[in-house]
Amino acid sequence: MSVFPRAATRPMIQPRAARARLKQRLGRLAAHLLLLVSIGIIAFPVYYVFVLSTQSMEEVVVRPTILRPSTHLVANYITAWSQAGMGRKLLNSLVVAITVAVGKIVISLLSAFAIVYFRFALRKVVFWLIFITLMLPVEVRIVATYQVVSDLGWLNSYVGLTVPLMASATATFLFRQFLQTVPGELAEAAQLDGAGPMRFLWSILLPLSWTNIAALFVVLFVYGWNQYLWPLMITHTEEMQVAVIGIKQLVNPELPQWNITMAAAMMTLLPPVLVILVMQRWFVKGLIESEK
Amino acid sequence: MVHRPVFRNRLLPYLLVLPQVAISVIFFFWPAAASLRYAVMRASPFGDRLFYVGLANFERLFTSAQYHRSLVTTLVFSLGVTVLGMLIALGLAVLANQKIRGLPAYRTALLWPYGIAPVVAGIIWLFLAHPAYGVLTYYLRAATGLSFNWLVDGRIALGLVIVASVWARLGYNIAFFLAGLQQIPQTLLEAATVDGASALQRFWHVTRPLLSPITLFLLVTNTTFSLFETFGVIDAITRGGPGGATETLVYKAYKDGFIALDVGSSGAQSVVLMVLAIILTALQFRFGERRVTY
Repeated sequence: MSVFPRAATRPMIQPRAARARLKQRLGRLAAHLLLLVSIGIIAFPVYYVFVLSTQSMEEVVVRPTILRPSTHLVANYITAWSQAGMGRKLLNSLVVAITVAVGKIVISLLSAFAIVYFRFALRKVVFWLIFITLMLPVEVRIVATYQVVSDLGWLNSYVGLTVPLMASATATFLFRQFLQTVPGELAEAAQLDGAGPMRFLWSILLPLSWTNIAALFVVLFVYGWNQYLWPLMITHTEEMQVAVIGIKQLVNPELPQWNITMAAAMMTLLPPVLVILVMQRWFVKGLIESEK
Repeated sequence: MVHRPVFRNRLLPYLLVLPQVAISVIFFFWPAAASLRYAVMRASPFGDRLFYVGLANFERLFTSAQYHRSLVTTLVFSLGVTVLGMLIALGLAVLANQKIRGLPAYRTALLWPYGIAPVVAGIIWLFLAHPAYGVLTYYLRAATGLSFNWLVDGRIALGLVIVASVWARLGYNIAFFLAGLQQIPQTLLEAATVDGASALQRFWHVTRPLLSPITLFLLVTNTTFSLFETFGVIDAITRGGPGGATETLVYKAYKDGFIALDVGSSGAQSVVLMVLAIILTALQFRFGERRVTY
């Protein structure tokens, strides 16, 4: 390292240090500016969607573009909520997102528990079976999966919307990894105290898993809320549709009502974005640990 | 492997894995097997019966000019979404990883778009870039004199779905790059500074090599995203048009299977997609931190 030359030229260091500090400050200023501009560009589409959702149709199409919010917010949101039926569709999205998230978590925790805390003959087979589901996203088995759900009579129902999405290799692996870090003494102590496996899962492991559960919940909620292809295939009545389908159907090139469509878009994108903002810490943890 | 006490029970472990296994078999393995079966079948002219045709569907698929075109489209689209998205995200993550004030706020401001569904992102960009009402097209036209009409120009349409997909994916990529950057020991960067390395040299010789595992990982997950999860973006903006210019492999499989009801061809396409998905998942585990050691 260059310790000696620096020590030798001590008197020279003062102006150089001042210049370095100035350079550093300029660098920081540039970083701030660049970040602000980038965030502005990234957020602009959503800001503009919000602006449109507050305007009348005349204001939407007038040029040059009006980039300030107008006064029709309440009227547009009411129209989108009731006339376009977004109220019901948002409720469906909520039911689907929560059911899928909770279902995946429960199912995955149970199977991870079995794989870590039991030795059974088919353990290896089960592990690989769960792993392989990762390789079969719904997009690659579109027609055949539709056929199965149709044969079960589950088309256009909450069961059909949620259950097929509930198997999760990533969540199982995350729990498995976590359970492997839990000290073995805990299970030994539980066994000495005469607690059975389910009691141990419920009273010891579950309380220890809350951070992981919260992290997974955020990621899975967003995943469930934003599902599009699957609900598009299996629902066909207004009252079973989810929000992302509802807003897609409001896009009508012949009779554009962009202000209403954008009010519906705001309603559809706010819940998952809010969940991410409120639970940001868990979100980042869940996203990174469940994917890697 | 660490010694781990186990519970003794014959039946219970099977009951515990039953829900997961049942759902996997019914909704993953059975349909996957059915896709394989459809791939070697063709529907009779009235669509009431399926008969065995061997590999004819694959032959038809691999010699079809439309499918070749879809392959090229998918390649351009995936490359665009992956490379562009990762470069932008890396730049922003490096910016947001410095020692400056207000960082938590910046990070939040960069992450939240992850919550926006691809199809909603598509609708937003559809309006922003609409040939008649779009604010972007309006100003771009005023600035360049070009019309940017993606309803007729396939190249512009492809560019637009790439931009919308990159935007929808940005929060994800930034989250991972930031996590990767935070794992780089600060002392290494400081040592490089002391040795007189400039910011660019520090990035190239210290940050870049240490970031390469996460870059490889993101390369794989972004390819997966661009192949399978951009359906909503494309369906909202171009529906594969104009004239098939934005018809990716997944969009084509959906269209041929669900709208054209060509079960055989869609089955063969599903098999091709499955092979792609298997390769990508294997790579994801190869490059991810988690090993599939059992």
